[in-house]
Amino acid sequence: MVSLRDESVGATDAAGPTVGVLALQGDFREHARVLGELGARVVLVRRPEDVEGIDGLVIPGGESTVMDKLSRAFGVAEPLKRRIAEGMPVYGTCAGLIMIADTLLGAIDGQQNLGGLDVVVRRNAFGSQNESFETELDVPALGDAPVHAVFIRGPVVESVGEKARPLAALADGRVVAVEQGNLIGTSFHPEIEGDHRFHEYFLSKVRSAVAAAA
Amino acid sequence: MSTSETGSSRVKRGLAEMLKGGVIMDVVTPEQARIAEDAGAVAVMALERVPADIRAQGGVARMSDPDLIEAIIAEVSIPVMAKARIGHFVEAQVLQALDVDYIDESEVLSPADYVNHIDKWGFTTPFVCGATNLGEALRRINEGAAMIRSKGEAGTGDVSEATKHIRKITSEINQLKSMTRDEVYVAAKELQAPYDLVLEVAETGKLPVVLFTAGGVATPADAAMMMQLGADGVFVGSGIFKSGNPEQRAAAIVKATTFYDDPKVVAEVSRGLGEAMVGINVGDLPAPHRLAERGW
Repeated sequence: MVSLRDESVGATDAAGPTVGVLALQGDFREHARVLGELGARVVLVRRPEDVEGIDGLVIPGGESTVMDKLSRAFGVAEPLKRRIAEGMPVYGTCAGLIMIADTLLGAIDGQQNLGGLDVVVRRNAFGSQNESFETELDVPALGDAPVHAVFIRGPVVESVGEKARPLAALADGRVVAVEQGNLIGTSFHPEIEGDHRFHEYFLSKVRSAVAAAA
Repeated sequence: MSTSETGSSRVKRGLAEMLKGGVIMDVVTPEQARIAEDAGAVAVMALERVPADIRAQGGVARMSDPDLIEAIIAEVSIPVMAKARIGHFVEAQVLQALDVDYIDESEVLSPADYVNHIDKWGFTTPFVCGATNLGEALRRINEGAAMIRSKGEAGTGDVSEATKHIRKITSEINQLKSMTRDEVYVAAKELQAPYDLVLEVAETGKLPVVLFTAGGVATPADAAMMMQLGADGVFVGSGIFKSGNPEQRAAAIVKATTFYDDPKVVAEVSRGLGEAMVGINVGDLPAPHRLAERGW
């Protein structure tokens, strides 16, 4: 019997840390699959109660305007802000980076973000879809081999505050990956490229946070 | 190092991946585009007439005025799609030059070529195409489509054709999944689709591109049903701006698409929406007026 819809989200019974993936809109299943393959127990986060048991959170690619509206309408934004302030590890890709940035340029009227990351991020920094691209990117924190990075109407980090540090920049110097303590943000989408090093790097932060809390 | 590539398959299909779980809304003015973005649309389709009006007014339906498309692009920050006629590669060239984010080679407009579809590989801008079954979807992907939408019957507000087409596509995928390799050759012949793509679907159990549904979705429950039937997201054409309260209906359909498996949310957002679009039963449409039959 084939079910109408396959809702499996990676290895949900794995022994690893419990990682939430914000599942309001966007490519959350791709993140869930990668995290499951890496041994995490994955929870799709749509409601306040989904936030309680998670050790870390991934915010996927998608439309930040939509994620913002739905996260506030269904009461998941406030508990996420509280967990971020308490030090929960968070990895945001593209729209996810926008959601965790402290300051946003190119937002629509009334758009809010969760914040936490001391950076200024510009939405749609490259222009229309015709300017979307893929490239090889040096990310020294992840080793010598470059990361194959896919940018889709992506944002860039216009300025990095003193609490944050850049992890990667394009050849023209524009910063496209940052971290600050337990927070990581990338303008691009490792979840659709098969290179799992960013997710492994994030999961190492989650495991450390779980160990420190034990 | 630092060589970068635009317009690759990965980049084209990638934008559709980012639209998943979302609602793409037809808009005919910048004001409607603003309402759609504020309501939580993940993208808008810029056109001069929604399908219900194309149907009512008749005549040849063509690509929209570039001024209108540019005004809508200027109004919103979310992706903007626009329609070209089936086979009209010059309309597609114009839409690419206008920097739209996705081109819909659409049966809703009057076809420009009754034999060939556009060769979509040569474009930087990605294409979405309609399909009524798996073979049609794979023929479009073979021509370079980076996203598929099941067709339904646009401009009717009758969801039955959308149901038929998404069920057809998913059931044909499920049949392929259970086939042995030798059966896949015959399946490719019967689907009238390239063997390599048919084999890929048989092995992975899904289309190689994102699959939305379209054509007749008018209520939050319609959208949630399409999602439960396996769609990655929904297009709503005439259903929003031909209804009594577009702002509220648009926001309700967005919420029902995300919480498609939670009937309490679907019930809550369905309250007090006012009149849905009036609608036409597909069974009452004479065959020449069935748009879904355009496409070869």
